[in-house]
Amino acid sequence: MYSQGLIGADDSTHEDEEFLARFQARIDAEEKIEPNDAMPQGYRKTLVRQIAQHAHSEIVGMLPEGNWVTRAPTLKRKAALIAKIQDEGGHGLYLYSAVETLGVSREQVTQELLSGKAKYSSIFNYPAITWADIGAIGWLVDGAAIMNQIPLCRCSYGPYARAMVRVCKEESFHQRQGYEILMMLCAGSDEQKAMAQDALNRWWWPSLMMFGPHDSESTHGSQSEKWKIKRISNDDLRRKFVTATVPQAEFLGLEVPDPELKWNEKTESYDIGPIDWDEFWSVVKGNGVMNKERLEARNKAWDEGAWVREAANAFALKSQEREQLEAAQ
Amino acid sequence: MSNNETLTQLWEVFIRPSNGLAHKHAGSIHSADSEMAVQAARDVYTRRGEGTSLWVVPSSAIVASDPRDKEELFDPADDKIYRHPSFYNIPDEVGHM
Repeated sequence: MYSQGLIGADDSTHEDEEFLARFQARIDAEEKIEPNDAMPQGYRKTLVRQIAQHAHSEIVGMLPEGNWVTRAPTLKRKAALIAKIQDEGGHGLYLYSAVETLGVSREQVTQELLSGKAKYSSIFNYPAITWADIGAIGWLVDGAAIMNQIPLCRCSYGPYARAMVRVCKEESFHQRQGYEILMMLCAGSDEQKAMAQDALNRWWWPSLMMFGPHDSESTHGSQSEKWKIKRISNDDLRRKFVTATVPQAEFLGLEVPDPELKWNEKTESYDIGPIDWDEFWSVVKGNGVMNKERLEARNKAWDEGAWVREAANAFALKSQEREQLEAAQ
Repeated sequence: MSNNETLTQLWEVFIRPSNGLAHKHAGSIHSADSEMAVQAARDVYTRRGEGTSLWVVPSSAIVASDPRDKEELFDPADDKIYRHPSFYNIPDEVGHM
């Protein structure tokens, strides 16, 4: 999902050649860049955009699953789902913490999400309409996220790479809990298996879109790869994901909804049919089924939490004043 | 968000993974006061037994060295070879020292 963070990124940079060459030499030597280091404006802007969008995706990603907490079929599923949602919130916070090291405030990036200026992954603009969707989200959406995030652990920007290490450690439980939900459904009644197949049909293509546009269409890929922010191209990651996932679908006895899916002996990976990029761009531009509802939910949470933030700040101020008063006496 | 809203304070979070090890920086957290900062740091950074002790420090209280002074401050001083044990000739008969 995080490749989408580069869409529309402004990586233009105006430093002199010598500065850029010195910076590139550090990157090429696999030196990590840390917050106070000198860095090109384009590098900083690209990271702010990508990390903020990644953080927003984690936060908005809690919404489709939150929808199912009260309707999880068993106490065990409910407890696992709540733990997963809490992790997603945590991941958002690790990432906000990383983006703040680049000189932007939490309030500023939050405001950009709430106003609709900043984007989040297109995948969360699809609705989770059955319990099987929760399985498919864990298996496919978190699976695709892991595929994207593992190379980000080696990203050239230190705080982002460190946040990714923590995220990746926690993410594998998410994928396994999703797959297990589908295993149960596939071993159940015909209706349950049909429900699992229906979820795969609806989540397969949007999951593949999470990797972003084709390399030939992606104008920001190359600069980002040169700066070692992104280390593997969109198409390569997508191919890896498909190749890892198709046998998992076969194990479930489900059919991947792509009649053109074919094993390629030469590349030892799967070739896929065409992706509906019109749908992708439509969702990115805000016309997905859930775009409006997701933003409304985030705005509602922010607005309704205002009194809590105000009360916390007022209490902190009052305690501080009391301490000063007591110290003076 | 209104413009006059107070920005919540930023805190740096340090975790001691287990007794015997030093606290290590884990990330940051927003909180109005120290008590809530500890609670928030616990929820965000130690959900799976990552530590046995937490420190939270207002980010504004940290004074950092300037990366531009890096050479001056952290020059390995390789010319001061007398700082290393191999600079001194001790006869083998003395044994391990």
